[in-house]
Amino acid sequence: MSKTLFDKVWDSHVVKHIDNGPDVLFIDRHLVHEVTSPVAFLGLKNRGIKVLYPERTFATADHNTPTRNQHLPVKDPLSANQLRALEENANAHNIPYWGLGHEKNGIVHVIGPENGITVPGATIVCGDSHTSTHGAFGAIAFGIGTSEVEMVLSTQCIMQPKPKRLRINVNGELNKAVTPKDVALFIISKLSTSGATGYFVEYAGEVFKNMSMEGRMTVCNLSIEMGARGGMIAPDEKTFEYIKGREYTPKGKDWDAAMEYWKTLYSDEDAVFDKEVTFDANEIEPMITFGTNPGMGIGISKDIPLAETIDGSPATYKKSLEYMDYNEGEAMVGKPVDFVFLGSCTNGRIEDFRAFASIIKGRKKADNVTAWLVPGSHKVEEAIKNEGILNVLTEAGFELREPGCSACLAMNDDKIPAGKYAVSTSNRNFEGRQGPGARTLLASPLVAAAAAVTGKVTDPRELMQEEVLA
Amino acid sequence: MAYDKFNILTSSAVPLPIENVDTDQIIPARFLKATERKGFGDNLFRDWRYHPDGTPKEQFVLNNPIYSGKILVGGKNFGSGSSREHAAWAVYDYGFRCVVSSFFADIFRNNCLNIGVLPVQVSPEFLDKIFKAIEADPKAEFEVNLPEEKITILATGESEGFEINGYKKDNMLNGFDDIDYLLNIQDDIEKYAENTPL
Repeated sequence: MSKTLFDKVWDSHVVKHIDNGPDVLFIDRHLVHEVTSPVAFLGLKNRGIKVLYPERTFATADHNTPTRNQHLPVKDPLSANQLRALEENANAHNIPYWGLGHEKNGIVHVIGPENGITVPGATIVCGDSHTSTHGAFGAIAFGIGTSEVEMVLSTQCIMQPKPKRLRINVNGELNKAVTPKDVALFIISKLSTSGATGYFVEYAGEVFKNMSMEGRMTVCNLSIEMGARGGMIAPDEKTFEYIKGREYTPKGKDWDAAMEYWKTLYSDEDAVFDKEVTFDANEIEPMITFGTNPGMGIGISKDIPLAETIDGSPATYKKSLEYMDYNEGEAMVGKPVDFVFLGSCTNGRIEDFRAFASIIKGRKKADNVTAWLVPGSHKVEEAIKNEGILNVLTEAGFELREPGCSACLAMNDDKIPAGKYAVSTSNRNFEGRQGPGARTLLASPLVAAAAAVTGKVTDPRELMQEEVLA
Repeated sequence: MAYDKFNILTSSAVPLPIENVDTDQIIPARFLKATERKGFGDNLFRDWRYHPDGTPKEQFVLNNPIYSGKILVGGKNFGSGSSREHAAWAVYDYGFRCVVSSFFADIFRNNCLNIGVLPVQVSPEFLDKIFKAIEADPKAEFEVNLPEEKITILATGESEGFEINGYKKDNMLNGFDDIDYLLNIQDDIEKYAENTPL
């Protein structure tokens, strides 16, 4: 019987099917961080059980960590306590722990692929909704709640009804300055934040085929923002090339055996999807959001839509614009910007810093902008230094911080002040997401860079340098 | 952790007719620093409920004493965003046992089911009737009947069915959780794992 990529991976991980209920799904690899795990470990303690497969479990500190002075004690006592709890729990259960200062430390969805924890055909979960990132490698990866973290720690399984299948095709070639982030924001703006709820997405078509692994991660990362539990892309030579030789990927004859399996991971020609949508790459321009959910995005040259033209409740729409202090029909270009945040599991990888640097090179940071540039991991930080990007940043008046989730969710000190506008490469523009009262404009690293040097919302195409265009 | 059993809940309801209520609104990230599941109800809808100085925003529904009850009624796409179970904990800890909406985000729905809060998905039309019933009488009562998978507006007698899978329904009626189930089939899991390389 022909199957989709998703079916192949899911079905091979079902330990047991419960009639009129969920599947018991085996989880190959479980990523753990400090915020969503302590109560789960407490649950194990109360039941008097240990982590069943510590060798399938990996822990890092990222959500609640400072991005400056990581060598010093963490100032906030609550954060310090949470970090200590993770370290103690990891030690007590023999789980590898990559805490602050560790060379492998970084955002959980950046370090998974970096270290080869993420492989095609695997099931991967983490108590974080952006676990969907790992789908870029042809894995089934999705975010879970703390009860489910406890489930996976104690039994390596999770109980899930099988989602429906949605294929999103984007064909053609991307226009100038249109990045994977723009592709994702475009899709979300078309489907809405609930358009893919109940589905698992497969991204297909030329645009994803031609996309780098970093770009695929950005797209899969944002699957949750259209409501999907996850999104995946069939592994290809690019995927195998990326993971080969990384610490946790199979070696020698195990690699050969794995490759044989991985090469079967694609949707069969006549596989049936529950839903399929197709877009033309040519329709997509650099995107920016103007409201308080990631579906409220438009091409940067467009005006904020009128309430009467949108789907959904006009009252909710108006509440959202009120929060942003924007009006219907206004242009986005030229809007003032106070902060720029480059980083997060969405856009905190080396390619994102390269893109940012391509715009700011030879320019200066605008005086009215505070910029927080936060690499996704120490390995990204190292690459930024090795590739000379740090020099470009420094010459333009920017400072590089230490890795972590930072202002994406503002659990640490990196909070955008109330009322201020931030162009952010992260994933959510919810009210208060980046700090109480903060106003977020989601965009690509190119749009963020354009804002950082001009101090306002600027179309990056106007600043693209000749050598970049060539 | 096994949780409270859920059977038939009769209660008034608190209306929140806003769409796309995300989990950052339900519980902002800065309140996720605890290492125990305690006290999250105090910060439920924190930034909609309180001014930055901690004084209540009077117009917010949780600060309006005419509304109370164990049922929270929200607009479409309730619970979108982050996977933080703290959002469901906050809803529970505040005293809600049931959330009604015309559409739920996936992870939030699962999280609710895993801690014994019943997510009830109704049609947009029925949701509208519920909001209207509360508007007409803030003390209007609703019956959420899990065995019969039905919600009723007691003032008018109108009711609508809702769906829940048989396994989860059984869990909620008996207060079991998934780990109880999984620990019981550990042999099967270990057998599967033996044949699965890392």
